[in-house]
Amino acid sequence: MLGPEKIKELTTQVFALSKADQTEVLVTASERALTRFANSYIHQNVAETNAEVRVRVVYGKKIGVASTNDLSPEGLKRAADTARVIAMLQPDNPDFTSLPSPAPIQNVETYVERTANFSPDQRAHAVSVLCKKAKARGVVAAGAFTTASFEVAVANSLGVFAYHPGSLAEMNTVMMTDNGSGYAARAHADARQINAEAIADEAISKALKARNPTDLEAGEYTVLLEEYAVVDVLNFLDWLSFSAQAVQEDRSFMKGKLGEKVMSENVTIWDDGAAGDAIALPFDYEGVPRQRVTLIEKGIARGIVYDTATAAKDGVASTGHSLPAPNSDGPSAMHLFMAPGETKKSEMLKGVERGVWVTRFWYTRVVHPLQVLITGMTRDGTFLIENGEITRPVKNFRFTTSYLAALNHVRAISQETKLFHEDWSNASRSVPAILVDGFQFTGVTQF
Amino acid sequence: MKDFAARALNQAQMKGATYADIRIVTRTTQHIAVKNGIVEALEQNESQGFGVRVIANGAWGFAASARVDMREIERVVAQAVAIARASALTKTRDVNLGARIEAHGRFETPVARDPFLVPMQEKIGVLMKADAEMRRVPGIKVARGEMEFQREDKTFASSEGSFITQSIIESGCGIVAMASNLESGEIQVRSHPNSGGRNQVTRGYEFITECRMPENAQRIAEEAVALLSAAQCPSLDAATIILDGSQVALQVHESCGHPIELDRVLGTEAAFAGTSFLTPEKLGNFRYGSDVINITADATIPGGLGTFGFDDEGVAAQKTDIIKNGLFVGYMTSRESAQELKLGHSNGTMRADGWNRIPLIRMTNVSLLPGTWNADDLITSTDDGIWMETNRSWSIDDKRLNFQFGTEMAWEIKSGKKTRMLKNATYTGITPQFWGACDAVANENSWIVWGTPNCGKGQPPQVAHTGHGASPARFRGIRVGVIK
Ligand SMILES: [Zn+2]
Repeated sequence: MLGPEKIKELTTQVFALSKADQTEVLVTASERALTRFANSYIHQNVAETNAEVRVRVVYGKKIGVASTNDLSPEGLKRAADTARVIAMLQPDNPDFTSLPSPAPIQNVETYVERTANFSPDQRAHAVSVLCKKAKARGVVAAGAFTTASFEVAVANSLGVFAYHPGSLAEMNTVMMTDNGSGYAARAHADARQINAEAIADEAISKALKARNPTDLEAGEYTVLLEEYAVVDVLNFLDWLSFSAQAVQEDRSFMKGKLGEKVMSENVTIWDDGAAGDAIALPFDYEGVPRQRVTLIEKGIARGIVYDTATAAKDGVASTGHSLPAPNSDGPSAMHLFMAPGETKKSEMLKGVERGVWVTRFWYTRVVHPLQVLITGMTRDGTFLIENGEITRPVKNFRFTTSYLAALNHVRAISQETKLFHEDWSNASRSVPAILVDGFQFTGVTQF
Repeated sequence: MKDFAARALNQAQMKGATYADIRIVTRTTQHIAVKNGIVEALEQNESQGFGVRVIANGAWGFAASARVDMREIERVVAQAVAIARASALTKTRDVNLGARIEAHGRFETPVARDPFLVPMQEKIGVLMKADAEMRRVPGIKVARGEMEFQREDKTFASSEGSFITQSIIESGCGIVAMASNLESGEIQVRSHPNSGGRNQVTRGYEFITECRMPENAQRIAEEAVALLSAAQCPSLDAATIILDGSQVALQVHESCGHPIELDRVLGTEAAFAGTSFLTPEKLGNFRYGSDVINITADATIPGGLGTFGFDDEGVAAQKTDIIKNGLFVGYMTSRESAQELKLGHSNGTMRADGWNRIPLIRMTNVSLLPGTWNADDLITSTDDGIWMETNRSWSIDDKRLNFQFGTEMAWEIKSGKKTRMLKNATYTGITPQFWGACDAVANENSWIVWGTPNCGKGQPPQVAHTGHGASPARFRGIRVGVIK
């Protein structure tokens, strides 16, 4: 951990080096360790210490960005100089107005010291619980256990200084038999809340139930999507639909739909970067406090998320959803929540005459952005539901279905939710399981 | 660097490591993005650090730090060894790397124009010109262009005596035009020279010039607009399709490149990327495709995005037969996995995404070798078929069997001629059946080594840059379309 004082010192150094009209410094630092296992033993085991300084300079309406992880005075000077040279060489960006001004930021305590200090031995012991359980029950364990601490700080020459330390623990596993597999995963800011036994039991019992999958023809089905699948739905809505940039570029179904019903009445989705029960980050990468934004309320489109640039275009205030500059992707709803429902997960199958239980999706890609039409596979536990009960495992399906249409046909939502952290994007999600009608399976694979 | 490396390797051995290697890496990337006449992103990023990989108590450990100084070595090496000892808690046998490898050498990407020395105004000028050409076409909502340059300087040293330095330079670029019609709910995009933002190679700025982005801008913009009112590609159970070279390249990447990664085959990627249908008993006797299918993994192709001098275990770059006349004959291997299958030595495909990641088996340049056909004859000899061009969506299962791809543009072919444009084309299949249905591959005149700069694998995630030589190819009896 660098700590707020050291970070302040770094940002002050950069401000002294920069002669720009406005200067922004984004500092991200992390210590991450990951213990990975396969074939029921630890085969990869890594740790990393890194800290990066990203400098954005503004000369009039010319902007340059440079970053380095060399935090020496020479390294910082090189970054500041590179940013200046880059900025001076380019034409004006007429859309640029200003870096944001300071605004009060809510403090969220999500840093857990014992997660930051988790040792290789502690991780190995947790993993050995999974490996031992797997061996005892005749399945093969694979997966990963991450523990990390991180710091994000943003300072700019208009007086913004925001600092947030956090921690993260995440464990996931795929348990395999010769011809079936099961998945389980948990994330939490506190590594002690990661229950290796429960994760192992969930994945193993699913893997055993998934043995000897049988053929089931593709077609339209009612599906129970476990939390692991629902998180993928939210990821695509974040990327394709909830961002002001997607709306401004005519790529989002939310365009022109605020106030209108776009999903089932039982669906409510919001973004909240300051929620203490997630992997919080209470400000964005421009140092703007993250607002709680209601995106969908009881099926009605209510809002989208903004960064400074897209907000200026629409003449509104940023909601605090910027990604690090410069970014071509626009704002991002990094902390999505989907409201839990009334039904116990164990009772959701009641009344389902014929359907498919889906544990998780895999390799999902956009076929049509406006319709949120997505193709992908099911994976690690796919079952036939008959008369309210799981009756047999089935081979994995390819689906090509509209996630938007799925959220328009939600029959039930579970009381339980799970928290996720997305490695690639650092996004955090909290979602329930959902029961959906009219899901389109368009193909079947051989296992 | 030599002293720094020697110190780390010494310390590792003193702490009980039976094998150690260190990589010291500095990576500089420059990214330029233009959108609708505005420079949207202009950035230069520099990341440096070192990673130490050790075997202690017969198990692996790895630790990495951004602080390249003598004091930090001690901490990081001790951390790597402690991690290895923790790994040993669950081990079932000791890691076996096979015969000792001692390699010395230096590799540099040959470039005609160093992209980092080309004036920024020149780069921006090219993108702005292409941008303006695209936006002159009525109906274009968003025009984008980008360039990306990367220079990676890396030193590898091992306790077996290897010492290798490499400087690898990459250049990439692309433009994309988006047209939309909100009333009809239609969005269409066209890209050049490839989709996914850009095509990329290990060459200098000369590649950017050869891509002729301004000269192709108007064409793709007009195609994007025309697609808005094009006919929907029909859904057919058994169609003849002809794929352009860039789509063949991605098909090779997904349905051949990944399943021949021996780490996937052996289960070590099971939790994330998945496993492989190309299980060991199939080696040497499984019919992967028709006899016109020949695929190699070749890290020595000049300019290929997967081209280098040595892999990140210090093994020299090689060319390996993968599919020979349709028969599955080879994997991509590492030192450890080659031992496990008793395949002799590694064929040199271990690469790490920077200083802070361990090497994994990654595609080099996995290519479908040219066939005998003139590209034009593929079309003129087709009575009834569909030409599909430039990837738009791609998805494949975790054993790499069931896939579905969509392309930006398609053309109906009737009696040997392209007759009308089709939108939203997709095709789907099962890998060995699909390659088994290939009856014609175009020759070297249309063979291009495409670059895939976004291949994800591993936990923590790593992105690899891979190359894929390909030319257009024809497939019979393929299921087309899902949108009814
Ligand atoms: Zn890939």
